[in-house]
Amino acid sequence: MAEILFLIAGAIATVAGLLMLIRLFIGPTLADRITALDSMTIVAVSFIAFLAYALGRFIYLDVALVYALISFVGVIVLARYIERRL
Amino acid sequence: MNGIIGGIVAIVGAGFLLLAGIGMIRMPDVYNRMQAGTKATTLGTILFILGIGIAEPGWLPKALLIIGFVVMTNPISSHVLARAAHIVKIALARQSVRDDLAESTEVHS
Repeated sequence: MAEILFLIAGAIATVAGLLMLIRLFIGPTLADRITALDSMTIVAVSFIAFLAYALGRFIYLDVALVYALISFVGVIVLARYIERRL
Repeated sequence: MNGIIGGIVAIVGAGFLLLAGIGMIRMPDVYNRMQAGTKATTLGTILFILGIGIAEPGWLPKALLIIGFVVMTNPISSHVLARAAHIVKIALARQSVRDDLAESTEVHS
């Protein structure tokens, strides 16, 4: 029962990530695309945590933590880039 | 029982993530999309990872660590991105009424 509930949650999160991927493709400006990328990385953190639960591996939560850290730094660097101040 | 409660919390969080995706498609300009994409994904990620922490009680400390990190960093990245978009003068949507940041920078300079 719990596994089915988590499977439904993972499927909904996948659909959300795909909608953000559409915005990443059609976004008219660069800032649109970076916004979509930022939201997609947060959805990916949730999905990695879901994979940790589904596969029963505690160590994958570390992957989610490090991915959140790296994506934060990446978005800051991209924002500096579109300010032309890098 | 723990697993069912955690699963329901995770489904609510995933619903917020889906709302963020729909808002990302339907909102008219960069700033509105940023608001939908940041607020809703922050709450959705909190609930999703909290659901996993409830389902596996031994994982709760690390789940809370991830939640704290997301809550600290997600508004910062969104704010920096919105300020960068405003500095390079990406236009607001036609429906928007006022632009406080432009007014305050005019006063200063």
